[in-house]
Amino acid sequence: MTAESGDSRLLLVMAHPALEKSRTNTLLWNQARDLPGLTPLDLYETYPRFAINVTAEKSRLVAHDIIALQFPLYWYAMPALLKEWFDLVWLHGFAYGKGGNRLEGKRLMVSCTTGGPAQAYHALGYNHFTMEEFLRPLEQTADLCGMVWETPFVIHGARTKSDEAIAQEAGRYRARLEGLIRSSQQAAN
Amino acid sequence: MEGQGLLLQTLVYLGAGVIAAPIAKRLGLGSVLGYLIAGIIIGPFALSLVGEQADVMRFAEFGVVILLFMIGLEVRPALLWSMRKTIFGLGGAQVVLTAMAIGGASLLLGLDWKIALAVGLVLSMSSTAIVLQTLDEKGLRQGPVGRAAFGVLLLQDLAVIPLFALLPLLAAAPVHLVAEAADHAGGHGGSLIAGLPAWLQTLAVLSAVAAVVGGGRYVVQPVFRFIAQSRLREIFTATALLIVVGVAALMQTVGLSPALGAFLAGVVLAESEYRRELETDIEPFRGLLLGLFFITVGAGINFTVILSQPLLLAAMVIGMMVLKFAVMFGLALIGGATTRAAAAVATALAQGGEFAFVLLTFTVGAGVIGADLAALLTAAVAVSMALTPLAMMAYEKIADLLEASIPDVKPDDPDFDEAEPDIIIAGFGRFGQITGRLLGANGFKATVLDSDIEQIDVLRRFGRRVHYGDATRLDLLRAAGAERARMLVVALDDKEKTSELVEKAREAFPNLIILARAFDRRHAYDLLANGADAIERETFEAALAMGVTALRRLGFRAHRAHRAADYFRGHDLRAFEELRPMWGQEEAYVLASRDAARTTERLLAADLARMKPGDFDGWDASGREEESLESEGAAPRRPD
Repeated sequence: MTAESGDSRLLLVMAHPALEKSRTNTLLWNQARDLPGLTPLDLYETYPRFAINVTAEKSRLVAHDIIALQFPLYWYAMPALLKEWFDLVWLHGFAYGKGGNRLEGKRLMVSCTTGGPAQAYHALGYNHFTMEEFLRPLEQTADLCGMVWETPFVIHGARTKSDEAIAQEAGRYRARLEGLIRSSQQAAN
Repeated sequence: MEGQGLLLQTLVYLGAGVIAAPIAKRLGLGSVLGYLIAGIIIGPFALSLVGEQADVMRFAEFGVVILLFMIGLEVRPALLWSMRKTIFGLGGAQVVLTAMAIGGASLLLGLDWKIALAVGLVLSMSSTAIVLQTLDEKGLRQGPVGRAAFGVLLLQDLAVIPLFALLPLLAAAPVHLVAEAADHAGGHGGSLIAGLPAWLQTLAVLSAVAAVVGGGRYVVQPVFRFIAQSRLREIFTATALLIVVGVAALMQTVGLSPALGAFLAGVVLAESEYRRELETDIEPFRGLLLGLFFITVGAGINFTVILSQPLLLAAMVIGMMVLKFAVMFGLALIGGATTRAAAAVATALAQGGEFAFVLLTFTVGAGVIGADLAALLTAAVAVSMALTPLAMMAYEKIADLLEASIPDVKPDDPDFDEAEPDIIIAGFGRFGQITGRLLGANGFKATVLDSDIEQIDVLRRFGRRVHYGDATRLDLLRAAGAERARMLVVALDDKEKTSELVEKAREAFPNLIILARAFDRRHAYDLLANGADAIERETFEAALAMGVTALRRLGFRAHRAHRAADYFRGHDLRAFEELRPMWGQEEAYVLASRDAARTTERLLAADLARMKPGDFDGWDASGREEESLESEGAAPRRPD
């Protein structure tokens, strides 16, 4: 890995197949990517053909204390390339299973945007399940790999919120990531 | 000739060729000129290492026969048929008009009309060997230039037959000398049937042709199959040579040109399954004999004649070449060729041919032309042959210069300013078109520079902004908007020009993003070192795609094949980067082809070290299977 790994605590994996069309994700990404102690990874920009470099990704994971994911919720799940990244990199013998302890003790945090409003993600809403429930597979992934599951950062109604509201959310997002990086640095010292 | 003498002569010829040809080639003169110079040096007028040329010459002329045979192998009958207009129209017109032009000039210079006509006819021939070899080295043999030249040469070969019949009629002497003269001419004219009545001759010729065609169709195939089964490689080669020699001998017997016969035999065999083997086996003989042929031409240049009347000879050579050029140029233009192509064909065909030597000997024997004049003409033809490679070089330089100067006067310059282009694409051929279309389809405005005028007309009709010109000229780039454009895509088909353009553009327009089409890996390093922001090796992606197709046909599922290629691409790009620093240290070896082999060697080593089958597969569950077996049903630590 490059020099980033030396003092970088947090790996921010952003997966958006059409970032140029997403006002919210662009803003979130721009707010976060230059934070000190953070390694930004634009997944669709790095692997436009889905040809993921497994070796490189493994060392990236190992080198960071916090793994943060940023993606839009598509069909109640993550975009295809992010799933591919999990499928190819989070392998048996590396992330879980026999000899698979390389991610143990790391923290996993999910940041997720949805098109639908907050009230839709409710037993009585049209999506019938809460975000917490939709993110269960990731939560379980963290558990299987011995990672700490952080409270997800969710922005609902990403397409309908005002610019101001989005900007506010982006500020909160940045602060949240900053907090995670700081706590990791303190733990290390 | 004694055995020792033969050995020594062989030594001299081989030595001269081995030394001169590579040097000339390296100097950019082409191997033909190298051989010719070697011939002059070892010839009787310089070092005098070799003596009488006639025997060697006759032997070496067999190189032309083999050349025609090999060309025949490339020309399927259908292709030949499609060339009939070029052969008979262009070729026929060339012979007739050139003969008239040169004959007319000779008449004006005071020659008798009969002699003038004979001179015109003899000099209308061009040198198949020199033309084709030169065009080959310039990479022009396959294109429209090569086709036109080849069509004309083929007709000249055909025309030799009636010429042998026609020339004696111009003699003041009685016609019964013809047979003797024909015998004397040997190589091309020696016919055993010349004394027979005309209908028998015709019959003999027709049967000979029928024998070649029929033999090629029905006899050669089984013979080759039989020999191929015997697995005697040298016998296969011997058979191939035997066919060529046999056909040549047969043709000579009936008074046809052996070269023409060999060509016919080649065409007949062009569709045979043994075509490739024939080519490979005979190729070295062709090269060696042609080299020998050029050497003998060089050694045969009679400097005594030249030095005794240098001005007259110079005037003859220049006059002949200019007239031949003018006629051919005009004909090619009428035939619809571009100015540049027409000039190329005309320059290539401007010399006198080896048939002229034979025909001159023949005409002297037939009493048409005096021996003195024949000696002069022979010298003139030889000199014109030697001048051909130089003339071709001059043509290239002049054509480039003219082309470079044309845009200045072209009225279409102003519309460069119509709109600011985002991108300038230099070269809109096989490569630039695809890049350009993709960019255009995504809404980017591109200005295209290309130096192929026909291409430009087509693009214009489709409303594209295309401009004629050599993109290596900075003023043209500037006029095209290079100062405001964001990007320059260099997609030229010419390695050197690409390098030149990238270097110049980087210096003149520091903010321009420069993408360049690289000829190969080494060219890619070169371009990156000289200012290209990114390169694409021109065949890499296509070759990789072919590999994917191959993997799929070999049974890989589509996605696996794609992943294999993606993985390989990543691996190759890394190898590209890793080998890069070494490149700098070895710049001194850039010219040595050895280096290309060493690069390949390193790449293959890297492949071995890093690429193992299955590496790229992914979704590998073997570890889990192992674990389940070990735990024998017990729950894994974290079952899912």
